[in-house]
Amino acid sequence: MQTLFDLGVTVNGARYEHAVEPRTLLSDFLRHDLGLTGTHVGCEHGVCGACTVLLDGNPIRSCLIFAIQTHGHAITTVEGLGTIDNLHPIQEAFQEAHGLQCGFCTPGILTTVKSFLEQNPDPSEDEIREAISGNLCRCTGYQHIVDAVILAAEKMRT
Amino acid sequence: MTKKFIGKRIVRNEDPQLLTGQAQFVDDVEIPGMLHAAFLRSDYAHARLLSIDVSKACQRPGVVAVFTAEDMGDDWQPGPPLVSPPPTAKDVIFNSRRQVPLVKDKIRHTGEAIAVVIAESRYIAEDAVDDILVELEPLEAVVDLERGLEAGSPLVHDDLESNLAAHLLQKKGDYETARQKADLVIKRRIVIGRGAAAAMENRGIVANWDAKSQHLTIWDTTQAPIPIRNGTAARLGLSEHQVRVIAPFIGGGFGPKMMMFYAEEMVIPWVSKELSRPIKWIEDRRENFYATTQERGQIHDVEIALSSDGYILGLKDVFLHDTGAYDPYGLTIPLNTQCHAMGGYDIKNFTTEVSVVFTNKTLVTPVRGAGRPQGIFIIERLLDIASRELGIDRIEIRKRNFIPPDAFPYEHKIIDQAFAPLILDSGNYLPVMEKALEMIGYEEFVKEEQPRLRSEGKYVGIGIAPFIESTGVGPYEGARVTVEASGKISVATGIGTQGQGHFTAFAQIVAEQVGVAVKDVRIVTGDTTEFHWGTGTFASRGAVVAGNAIHAASSIVRKKILELASKVLETPIDELELDDGLVRVADIPHKSISLGELALLANPLRGAVEPGTEPGLEATAYFGPNYGATAFGTHAMILEVDPETMMIKIKRYVTVEDCGTVLNPLILEGQIHGGVSMGIGNAYYEQLHFDENGQLLNASFADYLIPSATEMPRMEVGHIETRSSLNELGTKGVGEAGTIPVPALFAQAIENALYDHELEILEMPLSPNRLFEFLNEEKSR
Repeated sequence: MQTLFDLGVTVNGARYEHAVEPRTLLSDFLRHDLGLTGTHVGCEHGVCGACTVLLDGNPIRSCLIFAIQTHGHAITTVEGLGTIDNLHPIQEAFQEAHGLQCGFCTPGILTTVKSFLEQNPDPSEDEIREAISGNLCRCTGYQHIVDAVILAAEKMRT
Repeated sequence: MTKKFIGKRIVRNEDPQLLTGQAQFVDDVEIPGMLHAAFLRSDYAHARLLSIDVSKACQRPGVVAVFTAEDMGDDWQPGPPLVSPPPTAKDVIFNSRRQVPLVKDKIRHTGEAIAVVIAESRYIAEDAVDDILVELEPLEAVVDLERGLEAGSPLVHDDLESNLAAHLLQKKGDYETARQKADLVIKRRIVIGRGAAAAMENRGIVANWDAKSQHLTIWDTTQAPIPIRNGTAARLGLSEHQVRVIAPFIGGGFGPKMMMFYAEEMVIPWVSKELSRPIKWIEDRRENFYATTQERGQIHDVEIALSSDGYILGLKDVFLHDTGAYDPYGLTIPLNTQCHAMGGYDIKNFTTEVSVVFTNKTLVTPVRGAGRPQGIFIIERLLDIASRELGIDRIEIRKRNFIPPDAFPYEHKIIDQAFAPLILDSGNYLPVMEKALEMIGYEEFVKEEQPRLRSEGKYVGIGIAPFIESTGVGPYEGARVTVEASGKISVATGIGTQGQGHFTAFAQIVAEQVGVAVKDVRIVTGDTTEFHWGTGTFASRGAVVAGNAIHAASSIVRKKILELASKVLETPIDELELDDGLVRVADIPHKSISLGELALLANPLRGAVEPGTEPGLEATAYFGPNYGATAFGTHAMILEVDPETMMIKIKRYVTVEDCGTVLNPLILEGQIHGGVSMGIGNAYYEQLHFDENGQLLNASFADYLIPSATEMPRMEVGHIETRSSLNELGTKGVGEAGTIPVPALFAQAIENALYDHELEILEMPLSPNRLFEFLNEEKSR
């Protein structure tokens, strides 16, 4: 057993104090220590984007960072967006535009899009494609995802 | 009757759960006391296993057990054959060699599992994998298909005389006679490379043997939970009712999750039973590239015989098919290739001969398309070449050869994956292609836009590729539909779901019959405790086969509802309406009863019921088609090639599909979009590269490029509806349609774009590099 280190981190607004091994990945910490299994792991080498979460509002790959590196920071996962009964406008837009099929890559896309729309509330289609180009999806061909982001931007502007 | 729900763009019932991170995938299963597995996998493609020393691994703190093939004793058995060769085919050779749980004597592909470590965490299990010492004698690998069949080649299976896994010759008419009458015979060699399915979720399995209840629960990323249950019970000597298999939300299937039994599916439940502990194994992406099945590798020597006016007189295809190290999936893929090599054309003489070859590569089983894209690539390429050589327009030559609408049902005569000669049930091909031409503006583009763009120095090409897709094959699926006391409907079916929208499309079918809101129909798929008859989600058959079983069960429930309501409301059935969760008397709207009240009346707690009656408003029904429904479609594309970088930009992409009755256009479009995206990968970005030692050189998403949002065009989806006569809903499958014609379409459009080169594309996948090499080869000639 490796030495444990104290990690203090805010996740979706709640404060957590945990002892973690230094090699524990943030993705594993969120999923297995905190039970926030909405964050999915698709490649474990930082390419697919499924594990994207927000670190102080900016998208990062939670499979490429150790949990301990987030000490003192704030993380938002998909569970921090909306709930089944009260969807976030981005989530609503993804349902309305059929922006997901198997839903495995979706949490990473939603977090990426949340940060993107905060920086660019009225994006063009090309800008949207660029913004989500680091998130691989094998089901949708991306078209309905792009449509969902356009719709989400509209919803969030009004 | 006007349809209220079927055919409507209804948003999906399953989405809120998936969008909020509340949907359970296999890796989300947590059980107290659960242990974690990691596999030691071979770094060599072909080697004799001399010894394994696990002692150091066992000593690592946190390691609970390490198992090798020897430790499994008599429980070590190869996987069952999943699909046998067609019993109806004559003179078929089939050497069945099945995958093993853990390697016992010889390693046959890189990534084959040698040992499994069980530890308190996955981290520790992976550490301990590195502690295992293995002594191997490396052997020369069988990589190339042709060399693999040469005398003196090393053997993947030492007990066979050669690496021939199977051989099948099928004939329709008499090709040799047709050839003698031909004005033109074209012969070519066509090579298709191997690719990965690359579902975003890797495979995974959690097994929990509860010794006290003598019950095994398995969560598995499988497309076929019921066969996994039955097979696991048989392997472990349990009753089928002692095993429950749950395929929860699955992060994409695309075929490889239909393969069974993977080594891990044999090992993990066994380990759980040995240790009486819950065990979790989750595949990582690197393992996925080595251990999850792949597809497409074939080499074809084809020839086509034509008359001078462009009519196809006959076709001959002699090809090799790479099955990898084992062949549990039988001949499904090459049979599909054989059945699709005639496309949608009326070809009276066809000879097709396949030799299936064992290689020291990962197993081959169907990947979205499953042999069909190869068949379509062959016939469409040959027609493109014929069009040039005969000076007949490429649209015209296809029109001349289409199966005419009055020829359906059309006897295709070649045995397909359902083991019977394929019959194309229905279709009207020309309007589909014409609609695609119209949508993309073919005439205008070719006559006006393309010459203008070429004069500006642009390399812009257009392609048109029609295709057929055999779908919805048997044997059968079933479903149980129940009206609950809440008035809501509960439905269970045996197939698994991997993102196809079953929770919504199936709910629409039920809602149509029993008159409730779509959101009030709860569908359960992929849980053997809920429904334990069925085969799985494959061959574009979910909506067709399970969909029609659900329709059948719903129709019976509708009848039961009306019969009971007729008694309660003292009104003849034909005066009753079923809508909004109520049965109403047509002319007296306030005279009604809810489905929930009827459900309670149908399941009384006291009193007598009439003898022979069944309780509840419930029905179970099955659907098995005589043969599969065959869909048709045409894709059209305009692309621009950058002559410096060979990068392409897709300017327009049009698909027109005829998959019979559309259940939900929103979901249908999604299926097409996703299929096209995999097809574009197959055509221009995705190829698994193996070196001469059978080592996979690009086993990561950094090196194996699946299309991202910036490679994908906006797609325009058109639809024409020719109902299938084979089922009540009139549906045909569409899950694989998007993928099938794309390589053929790319080849045509790229040749058309690079009009000033003598380019003939006879291989797939391409890539910018490969295209650059072609043009350099041409320069050096």
